[in-house]
Amino acid sequence: MKVVAKTANEAMAEAMRQINPDVVAAYPITPSTEIVQLFSQFVADGLVDTEFVPVESEHSAASACTGAAAAGARVMTATASQGLALMNEVLFVTPALRLPIVICVINRTLSAPINIHCDHSDTMDQRDTGWMQFYAENSQEAYDLVIQAMKIAEEAFLPAMVSADAFILSHSLERIEILEDKEVQNFIGEHKTPFSVLDTEHPITVGALDLQDYYFEHKRAAAQAMREARKEIKKVFKDFGQKFERNYDFVEEYKMGDAERALVLMGSTAGTAKEVVDNLREEGEKVGIVKVCTFRPWPVEEVNHALKGADFVAVMDRAEGMTGFGAPLFTEVRSSLYDEDKNPDVYGYVYGLGGRDVTPDDIKKVFDDLKKAESGEKLERNSYLGVRE
Amino acid sequence: MAINLKELSKQEDLFVSGHRACAGCGPAIAVRQALIAAGKDTVVGFATGCMEVVSTIFPYTAWNVSYIHSLFENVGATVSGVEAAYKALKKKGKIKKNINLIAFGGDGGTYDIGLQSLSGAMERGHNMLYICYDNQAYMNTGIQRSGATPHGANTTTSPSGKVIAGKTQWRKDITEIMAAHNIPYVAQASISDWKDYMGKVEKALSIEGPKFIVVFAPCQLGWYYQKEDTIKIADLAVKSRFWPLYEVENGVHKITKDPKNVIPVEEWLKLQGRFRHLFKDENKKIIEEIQNEVNARWEKLKKLEEAGI
Repeated sequence: MKVVAKTANEAMAEAMRQINPDVVAAYPITPSTEIVQLFSQFVADGLVDTEFVPVESEHSAASACTGAAAAGARVMTATASQGLALMNEVLFVTPALRLPIVICVINRTLSAPINIHCDHSDTMDQRDTGWMQFYAENSQEAYDLVIQAMKIAEEAFLPAMVSADAFILSHSLERIEILEDKEVQNFIGEHKTPFSVLDTEHPITVGALDLQDYYFEHKRAAAQAMREARKEIKKVFKDFGQKFERNYDFVEEYKMGDAERALVLMGSTAGTAKEVVDNLREEGEKVGIVKVCTFRPWPVEEVNHALKGADFVAVMDRAEGMTGFGAPLFTEVRSSLYDEDKNPDVYGYVYGLGGRDVTPDDIKKVFDDLKKAESGEKLERNSYLGVRE
Repeated sequence: MAINLKELSKQEDLFVSGHRACAGCGPAIAVRQALIAAGKDTVVGFATGCMEVVSTIFPYTAWNVSYIHSLFENVGATVSGVEAAYKALKKKGKIKKNINLIAFGGDGGTYDIGLQSLSGAMERGHNMLYICYDNQAYMNTGIQRSGATPHGANTTTSPSGKVIAGKTQWRKDITEIMAAHNIPYVAQASISDWKDYMGKVEKALSIEGPKFIVVFAPCQLGWYYQKEDTIKIADLAVKSRFWPLYEVENGVHKITKDPKNVIPVEEWLKLQGRFRHLFKDENKKIIEEIQNEVNARWEKLKKLEEAGI
């Protein structure tokens, strides 16, 4: 193990180097460009064996990755925002063909208005594609999750995206611990492939036309794969924890033991929120955090377990969702809790869109709101944090 | 393989019967001929379109070679990925034999929606052959105009009406667009001239790097002619010089068939219902314009050949 200072971009590129995939097809986009640049340099310096395909768009990046994976290669790419949105059409194809690709995503908002800064609208937009989704709180998690996602994807035969917040993580230097190249290689193991179109001795037809008589069954099977991916995720997280003493789970509970009021959130804001919780705890407030690390497959049991003791919950979404009711994380959390015997009161907060800063005071305001609700004051079910109305 | 009937009769079909293409389908002939020339160690990528739809209705497949279809506009990129994997796995010794990679797209998937993906794949130099089966409109969705649809043709989105006589624009020259990519081999072929076409496929596959062939493949449904006339229609397109057979090898143009008894383009147009409206008195000038265009394109091609460029 080595301690280094790396941004999330550098950390993810380093994880890619150590994974040493057969094929990387990628297109630059702010703020994930650096991942692609660093990786190109690894290729130019002979540090990886990868065939690097500098495609002419993200649509082609996702297409080339899908083709390469269908040909039996271990495949990765990186993108953000509009790039991920442009990939959208292809992103439905990859999991349907059960191809294990990993995308390093830097979470950046979507146009319009054009903006290069952080929010989660890009990955939220892809939540129904059938890709597993993991959200990092810091560079260390970004690094660790990329390595674990590669193994999970290949065990579950499903693609995965690992995301880290734009600039807040992608461009901020942090102290991280790096594994030895050999440790990474041993951990991920030999690449497994469900099939290969290059096996010309055994020709196969990939991407056939499915009509009314078969489409539904194949979609159903892909949905089942997403459900069953839970097992692989659990196994890989456990294995990683045992080997490298860094523990991951579907959700992270922070001081939730006796918490009466809780926030549910994802990504880098968890770090800020933990500090607020520490301060409030010192004042005797029973508050805690539930950080969702695995968003797809949705960890309904773990989320409900984490919120078991809480009476008032605020779900913080860094994406609007445009539902006219509540943002994506809010609706999932609230719906998950519906079957529980005891339901907490759940509120939704949309925050930090387009990179709007989230301060400890903002987080404290949310906890204060929950306290007001506790004392009987009526709150808006869904509201915005830090916007000028 | 020597391309003669005796030799061809011994070859195994790799695109086999049972597919749902219409009787008299030109593109099905284009695919079958290409695969006979390519042989068994071939991986085919396909863009969404007629041939994709008719050949892989689950649980059936007409392909006796490995086949991958992903989407409409991305076959260039998809096969780029297959090629990158092939290179990587070959380097590691995981694949030993030589494999041909062929991407197929219709004119919609090639001239229009897939042009960017194709251009990128050619520019990057992937070792693959791209074959466009050109039936001059979006036939899979029901005969809509494409960038390949000829001037004056009636399609469902360039209909001939009371004030407009079919497609008002001129056809893109995809062959020259691809030649402008400075790739080692570009060719124009027709299913009517199978020896020329299959020879071009074979030659293309023997060359390292990106290659492009556009093959003229009439559609009886969209062009409105008798099913049994597909090869005749293709043949007359060549004989009228509407569709010259030529290749551009390492930047040098060479006409591979200079038709002896050239027929006026009108003779070809009149056999197809899609041009029927052009024969009304008020539209006859359009036929003249088409003839002028055919002459101009041929003259330009001759000049390129004579100049040795």
